[in-house]
Amino acid sequence: MTDIDSRIDEDLDRRDSAPGEETITEHEPAGGLTGYLLGFGLAILLTIASFLAAQTDLIYQPAVISALVVLAIAQMGVHLVFFLHLTTGSDNTNNVLALAFGVLIVALVVLGSIWIMGHLNQNMAPMSAHQAEMMP
Amino acid sequence: MSDATGAFTSDIAAGGATRDVYRPGHGHGSAHGWATGHGQGGPASKFVTVAYGFWIFLLSDIIMFSAFFAAYAVLARATAGGPTGRELFDLTRVAVQTGLLLTSSFTGGLATLAIHRRSMAGTQFWLLVTGLLGAAFLFLEVQEFAAMAAEQAGPSRSAFLSAFFALVGCHGTHVSLGLLWLGTMMAQLWVKGFRPEILRRLHCFGLFWHALDIIWVAIFTLVYLLGASP
Repeated sequence: MTDIDSRIDEDLDRRDSAPGEETITEHEPAGGLTGYLLGFGLAILLTIASFLAAQTDLIYQPAVISALVVLAIAQMGVHLVFFLHLTTGSDNTNNVLALAFGVLIVALVVLGSIWIMGHLNQNMAPMSAHQAEMMP
Repeated sequence: MSDATGAFTSDIAAGGATRDVYRPGHGHGSAHGWATGHGQGGPASKFVTVAYGFWIFLLSDIIMFSAFFAAYAVLARATAGGPTGRELFDLTRVAVQTGLLLTSSFTGGLATLAIHRRSMAGTQFWLLVTGLLGAAFLFLEVQEFAAMAAEQAGPSRSAFLSAFFALVGCHGTHVSLGLLWLGTMMAQLWVKGFRPEILRRLHCFGLFWHALDIIWVAIFTLVYLLGASP
């Protein structure tokens, strides 16, 4: 009996599960081979949608950025649910909370940088032709 | 169950019945504390603690990537008169790369299922397919970098290209290290078999490989597709 085997028989609701653990979604649509096939199919669809949004005129041009960001976030969600087996179950609370904190820091770093640097750019004095020539 | 009798119920005895661990509406009674995520029920098994620790590492790795993404987003238009993303990015190659990495994430999942069946042949086969797809992805990326460097569009050309090579190169480095780890795990699994520590390492590798695919999703949409769209 190995570490994993002995725990499968355990009452799964009575312990925290490891991130990405196969057993927690075993009897759900997101588990087993069906889960991986579903996730793979959804990820392919979202990838094709991203390429279509960027390469065709299907989407109003100024909205392409938003469409791409939304599709990327959706695909990350598909990966988290179907490949990394993240659930909302109470045995997964620790994993989800750690992820939520990570997402908060990522949002602060990325959005904060874009916001601040955009403002700094606008407040810069315009460069004269002479200065532009002197640029290295 | 009244509070009086509940106070005498030990955790072991109370665990016999199937119940909702959070017991809504029962407040903070002494006998009701058997909930996951509260650190109760003794230390978690080594499999859970190791995987959770690796999960924390992956999240900090993603936070490190967020700094590279922020730098790229700020510097994307700072081309210093050099080539722009529109001129440089070959979206056909990016589509093939995306397909390769996504499929390798999928076959990595199939390897995890084979591990659960304790099938040595199946595990080694799917791990090998995962590694070959990852190597093909890496080959295309090296080819792209070499082509860009040959067009005088190396990392020293402009701030945009410095940020691009830092971000995409960091992901490529992760994939190379992942391939090294994958080869090591195939050898260890072959020699040692499905021992608990090997199972833990394989599980961590699976998490790592899926996380790399998540980062690639952000790279191919935000760097390549956004950079190549008008």
